[in-house]
Amino acid sequence: MLHTFVALVEDKPGVLTRVASLFRRLNINIVSLTVGHSEKPGVSRMTIVCDASPTSSHRIAASLYKLENVLQVDDISQLSHVARELALIKVSATPTTRSQVFELAEVFRARIVDLAPESLMIEITGVESKIEGLIQVLNENGDRILEISRTGRMVMRRGQHTSRVLEAMRVPGLETPEELQAEEGSDNDVLMAEEAGF
Amino acid sequence: MGTAKKHPSQASAAEAKESTQMLTSTKLTGAEILWATLAGEGVDVVFGYPGGAILPVYDALKKFPIRHVLVRHEQGAAHMADGYARASGKVGVAVATSGPGATNLVTGIATAMLDSVPMVCITGQVSSKVLGTDAFQEVDITGITLPVTKHNYVVTRAEDVAKTVREAFLVAKSGRPGPVLVDITKDAQQGLAEFDFEAAAPRPHRPHPMLRTESASILQAAELIRNARKPVILAGHGMLQSGAGGQVRTLAERMRIPVASTLLGLGGFPASHPLSLGMMGMHGEAWVNHAIQQSDLLIACGMRFDDRVTGTLATYAPNAKKIHIEVDPAEINKNVKVDIALIGDLKEVLEALLPHLAPRDARSESPWVKEIEASKGECAVRDIKNLPDSGHLYAAHVIHDLWRATEGKAIVVTDVGQHQMWEAQYYKHDQPRTLITSGGLGTMGFALPAAIGAKIACPDKEVWVIAGDGGFQMTAAELSTAAQEELDLNIAVVNNGYLGMVRQWQEFFYEKNYQSSPLRSPDFVKLAEAHGIPGRTVKQRAEVLPAVEAARTHRGPFIINFLVEKEDSVYPMIPAGSALHEMIRRPNNPLVETGKDA
Repeated sequence: MLHTFVALVEDKPGVLTRVASLFRRLNINIVSLTVGHSEKPGVSRMTIVCDASPTSSHRIAASLYKLENVLQVDDISQLSHVARELALIKVSATPTTRSQVFELAEVFRARIVDLAPESLMIEITGVESKIEGLIQVLNENGDRILEISRTGRMVMRRGQHTSRVLEAMRVPGLETPEELQAEEGSDNDVLMAEEAGF
Repeated sequence: MGTAKKHPSQASAAEAKESTQMLTSTKLTGAEILWATLAGEGVDVVFGYPGGAILPVYDALKKFPIRHVLVRHEQGAAHMADGYARASGKVGVAVATSGPGATNLVTGIATAMLDSVPMVCITGQVSSKVLGTDAFQEVDITGITLPVTKHNYVVTRAEDVAKTVREAFLVAKSGRPGPVLVDITKDAQQGLAEFDFEAAAPRPHRPHPMLRTESASILQAAELIRNARKPVILAGHGMLQSGAGGQVRTLAERMRIPVASTLLGLGGFPASHPLSLGMMGMHGEAWVNHAIQQSDLLIACGMRFDDRVTGTLATYAPNAKKIHIEVDPAEINKNVKVDIALIGDLKEVLEALLPHLAPRDARSESPWVKEIEASKGECAVRDIKNLPDSGHLYAAHVIHDLWRATEGKAIVVTDVGQHQMWEAQYYKHDQPRTLITSGGLGTMGFALPAAIGAKIACPDKEVWVIAGDGGFQMTAAELSTAAQEELDLNIAVVNNGYLGMVRQWQEFFYEKNYQSSPLRSPDFVKLAEAHGIPGRTVKQRAEVLPAVEAARTHRGPFIINFLVEKEDSVYPMIPAGSALHEMIRRPNNPLVETGKDA
C-alpha cells in the first residue's frame, strides 16, 4: 500500500541522500518525494510517498528517526489531510485545435501558462487522481502530450495538528500513530473525493 | 576567523606550540584541536596509520598525552578500536588517511555497526578546495560509509573540528551505540581556530522520539511474567551495553526464569549460574532451543531476534507470548511480532519492572526449570569433551582446557567460524565483556586486531585470541603490531586445514563438495618466530595444558598452533531456514566421522 510520510529534517548537505538511502536499504520504492523549506528556519520538510507493506509504517518511521538529521516524522496516510500535486503539461496544439484544450483546462480548473504556435502548457494543481484525469482526457482526445513535469504529492494535516498536539495524542507503548490514525481516518475518503474537484 | 591564508604555516606552528599550554585562549590548528578534543573526551589511545591527507594530525600528536598504536592495515585499526570499546565500554578511536586508508576501515566500521559498538573513526581528506575533483587519494568516504555508520560528518573548517568531534562521541555512545566517522579535510587540519572545549559541547542528544515505556505496558508485562509457567529470558548484547546484568539476574532469580544468551550476550549472565542455559540459536545446545520452542513466555532483553537465533520465523516459539525490551524502536516487530514492547534502556526498564514482581516461592524449584535440567543429561553424553582421549585432538578439547587453565577469567577474542561456535559452547564466561566476537557481520580476521585493542584497554587482564587458520591469515600482519607494542597476548590458532565452517556447510548441504575450502597455511610458529614471537605446535590432547601454561607464563605475545581434527563439525546445528528444534545432532560415535587420519 502507499504510505505518506512527512519528515522535518535539518537543511544540510547530504540529508536527502541519507533519507533516500534508508529507503533503498529497506528495499522500498519511493513513489514521490518533495522537499522544500518549512515554517522553521534551517528545517526542510519532506513529503515521502512510498509503496510498502501495511505493517511497515512503524519500522520506516522508527528508522527515519534513527537518522541524526531527522527531527520529526509523521505517517499521515490514514489521517485527514490535504494532499496536492502540481503538474505542468505541454500539449501539442495548433491554432485550430487550441480551443478544445482550453475547454478541458477550464473543466479541470487548470490554467494555460504558455502558448506557442505548435504547443501550449497547462498548469494544474490537485490530488493525483485529478491530474491523472486530465492526462487521460487529453490522451483520449487525441491531443499529443509532449512533456509532463509533476512535483509529487505534498500534504498537510487538517486542523491544528502541530507536532506537540500529535505527541500528546499518542497512545502508550507500541501504539504508534498507525493505530491511532486508523480510528481517526474514517472520514478520509469523503474528504479526498471532495478535494478531487469533481 | 583566522585561516591558513592569514597565518603563514611556520608562524602558526610556533604559535600553536605555545598555545597548548593555554588551550582555551589561543588559536590552535585544526589538527591540534582534534587531539585536544579527543583528550578532552577521555581518549588516551588511538589506533591508526598515517598518510598524506592526515599528516598534519600526526605532526601535532607529539604535543598530546595520547598513545598511538601503529597498525599494519587500517582494517586492523578499526577492529582494534572496536575491541578496545567492547573490552572497556569506552569509545574506541581509529585514525586513517584519505582514499585507501579510509576504505580499508570500512569492514571494521561495518563490523562495529552490526554489533552496535561505540567507535569514532577519524579520516583525513583532501583539501576542501579540491573536493570532488578526483584528487590524489580522494574518495567519498562519507558516501561509502553512510549505510554502515550511525552517522558521519565532513569537516572543512578548523573551527568546526571540536564541536563535530564532540558530537560524534555523543552520537557514538548514546541510545543504541554505533560507529561514527569524521572526515576532516587537510585544510581544516591546518587552519587555525579558537579552541574552547566546553563551548564545543554538543546539544544534549535527542532521544529517539519513540523511546518511551508506558507504565501500563510495564504492568501488562509484569502480569505476563507472573502468570507464565514456562518463561525464558533471552539475553542479548543490550544487557552488556546497558550494564543491566544485575537486573537481568534479579529478574531471573526472583521469578526462577532460565536465561538463554545470544552469542553477544554471553558473559552478561554468568554461565556458571544454575539458571543459565547457554547460547541459543543455530549452534545452541539442544536443551536451550527446545526450551525456547516450548516456552510460553519469552522475555527478550536487549536482543534483536537475529535469523541465526530464531531459525525460521514461521515456527519460532509458537506458544510463547513475547515481551521485547529494546532500546532501538526500529527493532520492534522487525523479525518477530511481539505482544508487549518496552522501548527503552534495558536497565531502566527492568528497574521499573522489578518492583511489580513479587519473588516466586523459593522453597521448591519450578517444574519448568527441573524439566530443562533433566533434558541436559541426554546432551552431555554426546558432548565430545566428555569422551575419552582417543589420540585425536578436537577443538572442543582445546577450548575446554583453555577455559579450565584460565579459570574462565580471561578475555577471549574470537574470529569467525567453527572455533567461534566451539568457544561459545565450551568457554564458560561468567563476566561481561570477556567474550569479544564479531556477531552480526561475522568478520573473519577480527580476532587478532580486536584482541590487541582489548589488551590495550585492559592491560591487567589475560587476553586470548582464538582464531581459525583461515581467519587468522586475513589479518596476521597485525602480529607485527602486537610485537611492536610488546603486548602480553596469547594466541591460539585452531588449525584444521580447512575453512572449517565453509567445509561443514559443504559437508551438510553441498554433498561434501569441498570446493575451495581446504587451505595450506604457513607454519604459524615459524611465522610468529619471524616476528620475534615464540610459540609451539600442539597435536595431542595431553600437550594442550602445558602449552597453555607456557603461553600464560611468557611475557609478551605467544602463539600456539593447535593441529586439530580436520573434519570435525559444530553440533548441534540448525540449518538456515529450519525450525529451531530441527537440529542436526552430533553422530553417536563422533570419532569415526573424521578425515584420513581416522
